[in-house]
Amino acid sequence: MGDKVVVAMSGGVDSSVAAGLLVEQGYDVTGMMLKMWVGDCDQAENACCTPESIAQAREVASLFHIPFYVIDVKESFKQNVVDYFIQAYQDGLTPNPCFQCNRTIKWGELLRKASEMGAEFMATGHYARIRKDENRLCHLIKGVDEKKDQTYALSGLTQSQLQHTIFPLGGLIKSEVREMARKYCLTVSEKEDSQDLCFVGAQGYRGFLKQYGTVLAKPGLIKNVSGDIVGEHQGLNQYTIGQRKGLGSGLGIPHYVISLDSNKNEVIIGTQDELGQNVILTNPFNWISGNHDKHFGTAQVKIRYKSIPAPCNYTILEDSSIRIDLDKPVRDATPGQIAVLYNDDEVLGSGIIQSTMKE
Amino acid sequence: MDRIYLDYAATTPVDQQVLEAMLPYFSHEFGNPSSAHYYGQQADGAIEQARRTIKSLYNADGYDVIFTSGGSESDNLALRGAATEQRKRTGATKILTSSVEHDAITRTASQLQQKSGFIYAKLRVANNGIIDLSSLEEQLNKQVALVSIIYANNEIGSINPIKEAAKICHEKGILFHTDAVQAAAHLNIDLNGLDVDYMSISAHKLYGPKGVGVLFKKKFAPLLTQITGGAQESGLRAGTSNVPLIVGMAKALELNLESVETENIRLLSLRDQLITGVLENISGTHLTGDHTNRLSNHASFVFEGLSGNDLLIALDMAGFAVSSGSACKVGNPKPSEVLLGMGIKPELAIGSLRVTLGKFSKKEEIDRFITALPEIVNLLRKEKRSENGR
Repeated sequence: MGDKVVVAMSGGVDSSVAAGLLVEQGYDVTGMMLKMWVGDCDQAENACCTPESIAQAREVASLFHIPFYVIDVKESFKQNVVDYFIQAYQDGLTPNPCFQCNRTIKWGELLRKASEMGAEFMATGHYARIRKDENRLCHLIKGVDEKKDQTYALSGLTQSQLQHTIFPLGGLIKSEVREMARKYCLTVSEKEDSQDLCFVGAQGYRGFLKQYGTVLAKPGLIKNVSGDIVGEHQGLNQYTIGQRKGLGSGLGIPHYVISLDSNKNEVIIGTQDELGQNVILTNPFNWISGNHDKHFGTAQVKIRYKSIPAPCNYTILEDSSIRIDLDKPVRDATPGQIAVLYNDDEVLGSGIIQSTMKE
Repeated sequence: MDRIYLDYAATTPVDQQVLEAMLPYFSHEFGNPSSAHYYGQQADGAIEQARRTIKSLYNADGYDVIFTSGGSESDNLALRGAATEQRKRTGATKILTSSVEHDAITRTASQLQQKSGFIYAKLRVANNGIIDLSSLEEQLNKQVALVSIIYANNEIGSINPIKEAAKICHEKGILFHTDAVQAAAHLNIDLNGLDVDYMSISAHKLYGPKGVGVLFKKKFAPLLTQITGGAQESGLRAGTSNVPLIVGMAKALELNLESVETENIRLLSLRDQLITGVLENISGTHLTGDHTNRLSNHASFVFEGLSGNDLLIALDMAGFAVSSGSACKVGNPKPSEVLLGMGIKPELAIGSLRVTLGKFSKKEEIDRFITALPEIVNLLRKEKRSENGR
């Protein structure tokens, strides 16, 4: 039998097909599901809880004749993802829990379990590719399916994590994956793509935060770009960058939210001309293929999962954070989200956006 | 992979002779036993013959044999049916069980408490998992409608003094049920002598098919029908009789009782080899349940410093099919209620393992298991320590 691989299975189409492909390629495959956050299940006082997804993944595993295990990582998920999520909102940031989950849970807990089980690799159903160069260094490359590419949320992975990773779906487009699912006779082949954050449930993230007693409404000042006080706000979370409505009248010409300063708890507003930011400062930056030898360069930056990469220059700062200078201002650079640098298809690295400016 | 099955308490393979006995009733003898015509008569004959066989195997002259879909349904029927009817007759509202019952009992009793106005109380057990008869007696009063005590617990294999418990209850006019799903495979049960009011058994624990069981009910013991409809099973359980499964169950019970005594001697020696091998070769390991008063095929342990779920996975990957308690497929690190009910601390109860033997178990398999286990346990303990140290 081939190399041992642990594949993360969710019961969905992508991870099921990923498992099938690995089996077809001759790997020694073990399926695994992480039980991360199932509040409802615990409340049901059901020690042997079987949400639909576990049942589906188990069924898929039985179809491929591979062992399948459920690993409980609730505690770690709570600490690393949920608490992080709540804290970030409290700090006036807009966090990206999927990014955080990938680097701490999937490539933390699952990878560790996999290696404890003697598996050389872990695999997931993400749309991304890994290319190894002549020095055996891994490069993270966008999935062939541009629309499905998930490298944005994977950009926090380190070289050593990628060394033990396989992305079986990286070379496929979604319709091909669905086709494979039908070929494997998977009942999940027509299942909808998952959309929302897995842990917030039907109540949405605002309801979730409220349930956990998160204090969002911390009043503060509204200022214009020159720093003059022009009003007061009831909490940064009520504003999104680019927003025009609800800024009060009496400003004469239409004003927009230019930026949210979470450190000072201030909303900065300005006119349409003043809208947009062209400088992004990040937290310490994760360079995928090791330390970067040059201190500056050109790249394309993606500031949201769905945004289009924008041309930029970057400079590495002393604390290993970076400064990104965009060629053209963007409107939706948001502290807490991730700034991912690309060189065409390749992810150079990423950092959490700390602040934005217009210069 | 060369796999070794050591989870006979979860389920067993259907015996070849049982399978052959069942086959005609899927196709050729397909009639509905309730039909008046020839086809119906043939099918009806088969289930009545099965009923008579089962009665005689269990020396159950004074009992009705009610066919159900298995142990859980039998437990539900007994608890719901007896408690409801008894309350109507005497006004008693309390259901008393041991603290080491199967979920089919505890969750049913909890629901009766939450939704139907009953009071549910649990009788504490000693640290070997066996009930104390004098504390049972203390708990009995006019408020108690029904007592249900498991015959032999599925997680720890300890055997309860059912005959004595039933006698104590009867002296106070209280109804008594026992869940004998695990016990039936290994004990030669004489129902007239045991004198319980109700007893649940299931076919698949003793080489019969899944999905069929019996509730024995003493004649004239009260019972309210839970599945209403046709008049099958003397009106106590509606639904077209599952003829092939009932025929298969009778055959399985017959074969099991033929061999149970010689098989028990063989299993006891394998079980004790297993228990000794595990306890002597792995430090920080404890047997759960009673050392001697336990089912002949049943060994259960707790291991210090590891999680039963991790152990289960590691053993499965090494080709050994075991269980961490009941047949639970989902990795939930919650400690078992049964083990906690015996006074085992949660951090220890979480490291539970159940190894159960059956008629295909061989000495060589036990040897291999005992050889493989210490290394696996050591590895998991090391990983757990480094996880905790992070």
